[in-house]
Amino acid sequence: MNAAASSALLAVLIAAPVTGALIAFLLPVRLRATAGILTAAATTAATAATAWRVAADGAHRHALGGWGAPLGIDLYADGLSCVFLLMTGIVGLFVSVYAKPFFAQPEENKGATELFWPLWLILWASLNGMFLSADLFNLYVMLEVMGLSAVALAVLSGRPPALVAGLRYLLAAIAGSMAYLMGVAMIYGAVSALDLQIVAAGIEQGRSFRVAFSLILVGLLVKTAVFPLHFWLPGAHSTAQAPVSAILSALVVKASFYLILRLWVDVFDGSVTVAAGQALGALGAAAIIWGSYQALRQRRLKLMVAHSTVGQIGYMFLLFPLITVVYQDVAEAPWLAHAWTGGVYQAIAHGFAKAAMFLAVGVFAMAVGSDDRDSTVGLVGQLPMTTFALALAGVSLIGLPPSGGFVAKWMLLKAAFTSGQWWWAPVILLGSFLTAGYVFMVLRQAFAPTSHKIKLKPVPRTMEVTALVLGAAAIIIGFRAEEFLLLLDVEAAFQEPVEPHRANDR
Amino acid sequence: MIAEIESHQIYAGTAGILFCLGLAGLFMCGHFLKKIIATKILGTSVFLLLVSLANRNQMEFADPVPHAMVITGIVVAVSASAFALALARRIWKETGRSTFEDNP
Repeated sequence: MNAAASSALLAVLIAAPVTGALIAFLLPVRLRATAGILTAAATTAATAATAWRVAADGAHRHALGGWGAPLGIDLYADGLSCVFLLMTGIVGLFVSVYAKPFFAQPEENKGATELFWPLWLILWASLNGMFLSADLFNLYVMLEVMGLSAVALAVLSGRPPALVAGLRYLLAAIAGSMAYLMGVAMIYGAVSALDLQIVAAGIEQGRSFRVAFSLILVGLLVKTAVFPLHFWLPGAHSTAQAPVSAILSALVVKASFYLILRLWVDVFDGSVTVAAGQALGALGAAAIIWGSYQALRQRRLKLMVAHSTVGQIGYMFLLFPLITVVYQDVAEAPWLAHAWTGGVYQAIAHGFAKAAMFLAVGVFAMAVGSDDRDSTVGLVGQLPMTTFALALAGVSLIGLPPSGGFVAKWMLLKAAFTSGQWWWAPVILLGSFLTAGYVFMVLRQAFAPTSHKIKLKPVPRTMEVTALVLGAAAIIIGFRAEEFLLLLDVEAAFQEPVEPHRANDR
Repeated sequence: MIAEIESHQIYAGTAGILFCLGLAGLFMCGHFLKKIIATKILGTSVFLLLVSLANRNQMEFADPVPHAMVITGIVVAVSASAFALALARRIWKETGRSTFEDNP
């Protein structure tokens, strides 16, 4: 494949799900699921091909319509984008396979669920767009498309609690995008450009950039649901239907995290300060403790899993204080690569584990007819595969070896000690203990011996298998760290010494 | 003193004030409708800043890029508020609630 053809793949990654969404919308309702799964398979295949090309040839840039920046809009894929694209592809494919039998159940097929497939494919297109856009304004459009389709998916069931949580989510999302756009406007006013590379080159140290980047950052923090801006997440993620909860928790919050990361290391690396990094780390630490503690207290499984997302997002933010340090030479700071990989690994591992957990809880809830923690007593005998999926996902969330979550937390822990920022270490460990608490509480119930056999509603086999596959994926990526690192290192921020911050802010 | 202030600076200042008003409204108002109107004020502040930016260099022609951004932004904002209004109306019809507080 020549360079032009493989860079056009980037456009396919956005065009394919959009086309699929339009086709699914025009098709009669009974055919939509098939069209949706076919589109999902095609999109995942294109994602895999893109990752393969990027791993082989290095980063790709595609000028949409041949215009090129600054006049046109560029798409850009390097190792970091590919890692997130691949996670979205794999999780998206299996959630799609799960969704078909799920929405075929009469008790779930209420409200406006026939709109699931068009909305989910549009959401997928916007996620891919987020990971590929190299233009601040195009990113704003993708953020909005993502927010609107995500809220629409969250309220599909039409149940009042979902509607209320959805409106809260929508208002938070609108406020977040407006703060982001305000920052973008200020930057445009100063450098007259929107392309990330041009903006990065045009940025000098200045107060107006700190203000602009702070606005962008706060807007994205709301969308990523970082403590204390997580108020909308538990309600919206727990009242949505199982496949939607999986998509929202595993993928949607990761897209805005990716954007924060991308802007932090590649664009605003001259404006960020050590204090700002520490502040983000402190928010992350508070999120780990608060989210995990709240998860421990919940009686309803879906609320527990949603609160656990708040805690696990916190781990990803420990990356920022560890990479935002004053140093002259990369050789002096060997922990940078650990922190960087650990933070990204956490986002990916959590994506797989949380999708598996929401899907597994969806199977439990469908079988028992309630997602109360106590209603899962003795389920291991009747739903062994789903209990196993839940356990695998839990192992990764806790960070037990061998799992993706273990690699992530271990690297963060290592970076915390070698960088001398030891104060993050107890937070990481305490978070793991709390996580172990709520995971084992569910497993204890599931494994508890019961004298009477509960009558369960039969659950389609496909749903159980997909949950297990994603749970297994959360473990397997712990073994395949080498390939992961190879891909992530394509044009990585720390190959050439791009200091997040030079010694001008002591 | 007044004459030294350029017209686009007045617009930018107004945008800043509107932004703060919008945010305050979003957090302090209880009623869904008031919150939705607050998001509109928030949006207007951003669009006002963008439109005024077009003339920042006192060029002969206004910079078209911010205008294009405002048009896109308005379209997105209209759909977002339509969606929010539809949700608020649906919540009111189903539960009679018009605020996030549990006891209306």
